[in-house]
This record gives sequence, C-alpha cells and structure tokens, in this order.
Amino acid sequence: MHTLADIAAGQTATVIEIIGDDSIAVRLMEMGLTDGEPVKLVGRAPLGDPLEILVRGYRLSLRTSEAQRIRIETPQPE
Amino acid sequence: MKAPANALTIALVGNPNTGKSTLFSALCGVPARIGNYPGVTVEKKLGKYRDVTGDVTVVDLPGTYSLAARTLDEKVSVDVLLGKQADVPQLDVIVAIVDATSLERNLYLFTQVRQLGKPLVLVLNMWDRAQAEGIKIDLPELSSRLGARILTATASRSVGVAQIKQAIREAAGAVHVSPASIFVGGFQEETDSLQTWIREQSGLELPPFLVERLILDMEGAHAAELSRRPELSGLPLRLSEIRERLSAAGQRVPAVETKVRYTWIRSQLTGIIERPQAGATTTSDRIDHVLTHRVWGLVGFAAVMFTVFQAITWGTSWFMDRITDDIQPWATGLLEQSLAPGTLRSLLSDGIIAGVGSVVIFLPQILMLFFFIGLLEDCGYMARAAFVMDKLMTKLGLSGKSFLPLMSSFACAVPGIMATRVIESRRDRMVTILIAPLMSCSARLPVYVLLIYTFVPDASWLGGWIGLRGLVLFGMHVVGVAVAVPVAWLLKRFFFPGEVPPFVMELPSYKIPSLRVVFFRVWERGQAFLSRAGTLIFCTSILVWAAGYFPGDHRPLQSVTAQIEALAQSTAGDDEPPELLALQTERRQLSGSLIEASFLGRMGKVIEPVVKPLGWDWKIGVGVIASFPAREVIIATLGTIYSLGGDVAEDDEGLQSAIANSKWPDGRPVVTLPVAFSIMVFFALCAQCAATLMVIKRETNSWRWPIFTFCYMTGLAYIAALLTYQLGSLFVSS
Repeated sequence: MHTLADIAAGQTATVIEIIGDDSIAVRLMEMGLTDGEPVKLVGRAPLGDPLEILVRGYRLSLRTSEAQRIRIETPQPE
Repeated sequence: MKAPANALTIALVGNPNTGKSTLFSALCGVPARIGNYPGVTVEKKLGKYRDVTGDVTVVDLPGTYSLAARTLDEKVSVDVLLGKQADVPQLDVIVAIVDATSLERNLYLFTQVRQLGKPLVLVLNMWDRAQAEGIKIDLPELSSRLGARILTATASRSVGVAQIKQAIREAAGAVHVSPASIFVGGFQEETDSLQTWIREQSGLELPPFLVERLILDMEGAHAAELSRRPELSGLPLRLSEIRERLSAAGQRVPAVETKVRYTWIRSQLTGIIERPQAGATTTSDRIDHVLTHRVWGLVGFAAVMFTVFQAITWGTSWFMDRITDDIQPWATGLLEQSLAPGTLRSLLSDGIIAGVGSVVIFLPQILMLFFFIGLLEDCGYMARAAFVMDKLMTKLGLSGKSFLPLMSSFACAVPGIMATRVIESRRDRMVTILIAPLMSCSARLPVYVLLIYTFVPDASWLGGWIGLRGLVLFGMHVVGVAVAVPVAWLLKRFFFPGEVPPFVMELPSYKIPSLRVVFFRVWERGQAFLSRAGTLIFCTSILVWAAGYFPGDHRPLQSVTAQIEALAQSTAGDDEPPELLALQTERRQLSGSLIEASFLGRMGKVIEPVVKPLGWDWKIGVGVIASFPAREVIIATLGTIYSLGGDVAEDDEGLQSAIANSKWPDGRPVVTLPVAFSIMVFFALCAQCAATLMVIKRETNSWRWPIFTFCYMTGLAYIAALLTYQLGSLFVSS
C-alpha cells in the first residue's frame, strides 16, 4: 500500500482514500484531500518533517504521520 | 437584548488567512469589545459601525475551515451562527469571506454556511492578488449558481468596503429562500426522519443544518449535548444506525460530507473560472524554496527569530526605562510636592502610581511582539516558521506553532502567553500557556545579577572568553527549559490526554505586509491587555502595597520624610548637610522596622520555619513573598529590609555587601553560595508574576489555570530550591 509519505519531492500522486474516520482524517478531507484528487509533494521541512504538498491549487503542510493516512495510487515518475 | 428595528447584527466567517480580521478592522476600526465566550477559550470579538440606515454590530468568529463541531470551542461558532449562543443576538446576515486566489478550498466552508438558512453575502477578498495572478471569474454567473450576493474586495487596502456595507443592508431587507441541501439520495430521507424523531421525542424543532451536523460529526459536540437530555438518550444509538445505513448505501460518514461538498463546488465552478497555468513557478514559490531549504531555511529562521528577540528585549528597554526611570519618578515627584507625607500619599505613590506602572511596563514588549507577529503573519512567514520548527517541538510534545510564544517568553511570559492564540489545538495551546512562565524572563535577570555578582567568583577561562559568572547566568536560563520538558510531558499525560492534534496547516503565499493590518493587530492586543489583565494586575499591586504598609505607626517616618524634604528644598544645590545624612539613615531604619512590623514582615517571620530548609532567613522570606506580584520587586524590598532604602539597583554594592554580611543570630552568615543558588533556582521556577497569572486567567477564561500554574510552579520552585541548598551544603562543607 502506498501513502503520500512514500513519494519523493516533485512527484504527483492521486488520492484513493484517507484511512480512518477520526478528527485527523476528517481534517485532511476537509482540506480537500478527497478521493481522485491529484496531490504534489513540494518538499520537506529543513529537519525532514513535516511535508509541504500542493492540493487544489494551494499549499498545505502536514506531518509524515499524517501523510501516512493518505492512501495513493502508485505514483508515476514525472 | 432588543435592538432598534433598523439595527443589524452580522457575523464574519471564513478560513484562516483570508483577511477576515482585516475586513473586520476595515468595517469597524478597533473592536468595541474583546472577551471570551463563557466556559471556552474562544475569543469573542465584537465591533460596531453605522451606515446610513442604522447601527450594525459585527461578530468576528474565529477563522475555521469547517463548521464540523467536535469540541466545545468549535461548537461556539456554530451556536453563534444558529442564534443559539445566549450572549449574542440573532444574526440578520452572515458575511462569508473567501480568498479569491484559492476559491475551491475556501468555498468548502461556504457550502456549510449556506445551509444555515440566513441571508448571505459572499466576499471574494484579496481581489488585487487574484487579478495580478490573472484569475478571471464570471461573477454574475457564480452569484446565480451559489444563490448569494457576491462582492469583490481588497480589505487590506479598504477597497470594496462601502459596497459590502450596502450589500449587507440589502441582504437583510430581502426575502431569503433557504437553498436545497446538496446531499442527495438516502441522506435527505435520513435527515428528515431524524428531525421528526427528535421533534416527537423532545418537542425540539432543530434547524435542518443542525440535524445534518448530528449525522455528519462523529463524536460531535452537538450530539453530546442533546443526548444529555433524558428523552434523547437514544440519540447516539440512532445516529450510529443512520451512519450504518448510509455506509451500506455507499455514503460513508464522515467521508461523504467532504466528497459531496467538493464535488458540488467543482461543478459550480466549472466553466466560469479561468486560471492561468497552475503550477507555474511564482515569486512566492521562489522565496519559499529558499526559506524552507535544508540549510538556508534554518539560517533564515534563526535570523528572523534573533531579530524578533532582540527587538522585544533591547528594542523595548529604552521605553521601559523611561517608564520606570522618568515617568514614574516624575509622577511621584509631583505628588511629593503637592502632598505632605501620609497614608494617602503612600497609597497614591507606592500603591497607585506603582500599580499603574506595573501594568504599563508590559506594553512596550506586548506592542513590539505583536508588531512582529502581525508582520510575520501578514507576509506569510509565520506558517513557515511553524513548519521549520515543528520537528523539534514535537520532541516536547508540542507543535511548531508553540515555538514563537515560548521564545518570546524568554523576554516576558505576558506577551508570550498572549501569542498562543495562533495555536488552534486547545491541548497544545494550554500546555504552551502553562509552561511559558518557566522560560526565564528578563525580570529574573536582576535577581540573578545581584546574587551572581555577590557570590560567584569572577573566574574566567580561554583568555576571558568564558567567564564563570556568565556560565552560571546561562545555566539559570537552562534550568527553566530543562524543567519545562518533563512538565509538558506530564501535563499532556495527565491533564490533557487525547490524540495528538493534527499539524495540517495551510502555507499561504508570501506577500508584502500591510501596515494597516499590522497596526490594527498591535492596537487590538494592547487594548485587550489593558482592559482585562491590566485591571487585575493593578488591584494586586494595591493589595501588596497595603500588606507592606499596614499595620504600623507611620508618623515618625512621615515626620522624618517631611524634614528631609524641607531640608532638601532649603539647601537645593548646596552640598548635603550632615544632618540630612543622619535623617536619611533614620528614615531607612524606620522604614526597615515598619516593613518588619507590617503584615508582610509578619508573614515572613511566620514562614521562616518553612523557608529555613532552603537556607533562608525571614528577610529573604519577606523579599520572596513581596515579590510574588512581580519578581523584580525583590531588589527594592531587600533594600528596604536591609535598611538601605527602596531605591537600590541589583549592582548596588551596598546591597551586595549587606546581603553578604547578613548574619544568623549565632553569627553564621545567612547567604552562602548554596543559599544564593537556592534563591536563584527558586526565582527561576516560581510563578512570581501577577501579570502572568492574570493573563493566563484571561487567555484560558478560567481561574482554575492561573491557580494551577501558581501552585505547581511554587511547589516545583520550593522542592528545587530545597534540593539545591541541601545538596549544595553537602558539597561546600565537604
């Protein structure tokens, strides 16, 4: 199973689902991470965590632990 | 409250970073009232403006991405919007403000707001940037599709504000038709049947919006409240049945809500919005590339934080010195000229002027810190700072957003605690507030300096680069941080259990900050501090003055003071006559014995058995008690107790030698090196600051947390000072 935490900076992937239905999962969905949506990993913070992603035309930061909740289709190299 | 017919109440809702507060300032100027909603930490911000027809009250709700209400804090906003919040009047119009450059995500909240059934005005803010980015929107079509009045605005430059005011008036007067729910299929039937069931069970007629929220919010705050009614105790079971049926029909809660809303938004925007090639590298991207770079990101961050810290310490010291060295003595001088020595004069000068001073003294640092916070937030760097520091702060169990408040607390915990408002997780915010006073603030510095220069030898190594005194001073700053780590862990473990809050944070584009926005931010915080915490700090100062003044016969002291003043006036400019010196010595001795006889002095004697294990005598005990309202007071109190007069500084050699020569009745010196360290450790950890406690009261909206902070810090300080003295004595004697 691939998650958003697995892809490299610059890669784009498509969301399949958000794992779980707790408040973190709901927040991720509310921020626009819904199934079928493409997401680009822009980069990582200087200390390696959190991540910066591009979704629905804006930039979002989330921790690796949260990115692991985002199941994605096998990423295509650009 | 009953308002005149042409008066309106409106609310502003929007995502964070949409310029909502800026629009608020553009509409109302400075908020008329800033407080808290009862029982929660949510800030209640009300403003007023007047248009041609009448008064309009504006409620600024906290920035949010969703009206889903899982916590009590989130529930407040929904209750205000539904008109269920007792201390806010029914709303006539809701103004939803969105960032025009990120319409899709911003409209998510709008899809929830439109189901509230109130007249709506939709403001596309940051219109100047949308245009600069080449975004084109067919506004009339969007307006008819969304069923709301739509206006464009650039709130930071006050563009479009008059039209918004007009649209609010029009919306309030027009007949409002509630739009149909965007949820389809089985969902609608479930909502209807739940609404009917609740009506039959309890007689409550819930608005459709709320019924939907009951189904959509797993562990929602509204469902929890309703199920407490005995007749609705079956609600949780009913809700889980509904969710099971929906899930079987392919509409799994909670995913169904976001899916339906985002699908709807995209279908509404299709064909009427034109964006130039998304993904093209913008200036903001290039700046971001540097400021989140592995090396340059950290360098930039350190530079920004260094600047902020320098500004709130060195940059404000001139203003603070003017307050303590010029304005306060000037006011006291005026008083002395116009009033003979007596209780009233002492109350006015040592109670009231000192009390006002103890409030105003915090303003330079508060204003300076919020100037930088406003600047950093408005230019977009604030979110990056949290992004860069997050990994480090998770080691403390906190998030990157706690860094700036904690760092500022090294200058002063008062602005630091006020700055925790940026942390939206209640858990992280509470822990940050409760450990902020452990950071060694600048008011502890005089105590450290006094004791270090008196007792720590002036040794140095490496050709003077590393000095022992400097090391000890540095060590005292480390003590607070070292203690804060386990305290934060314990607080999370026992007082705020629960899951780790998400760090899902928008990284807004960089822009040139607007000075208007920054100014309003600074003004608002200054006002909030003065109106709420200021009064309480002032009252505490008066109480402590009274404890140090009463009881006691002040007449001998007053007559000596009058003689000194008369003498000083008659011999102005000449050399000091010997009788003046004698009188001054007499005055110091009198005030020393008065404080010994006062409630404060008696308390010091009563607690001597308690502080003796720390190596202290009653004089140090009095100094410590007197400095509970403000720790820097200890210098003046010790000066008075050691009969040097109250006007001594920490580097005063008289005070240093008086402390060094202070003896127990059997002739042993009181303050030895272990005692000096035990005092310093006590000051490093103790909550000796009324202002901090009052600000905690204001920010947490409860007396529970300042009392808790006071108790845990004092307990901790006592134990640490005890260990320091007892272990230190072993080393020194062996």
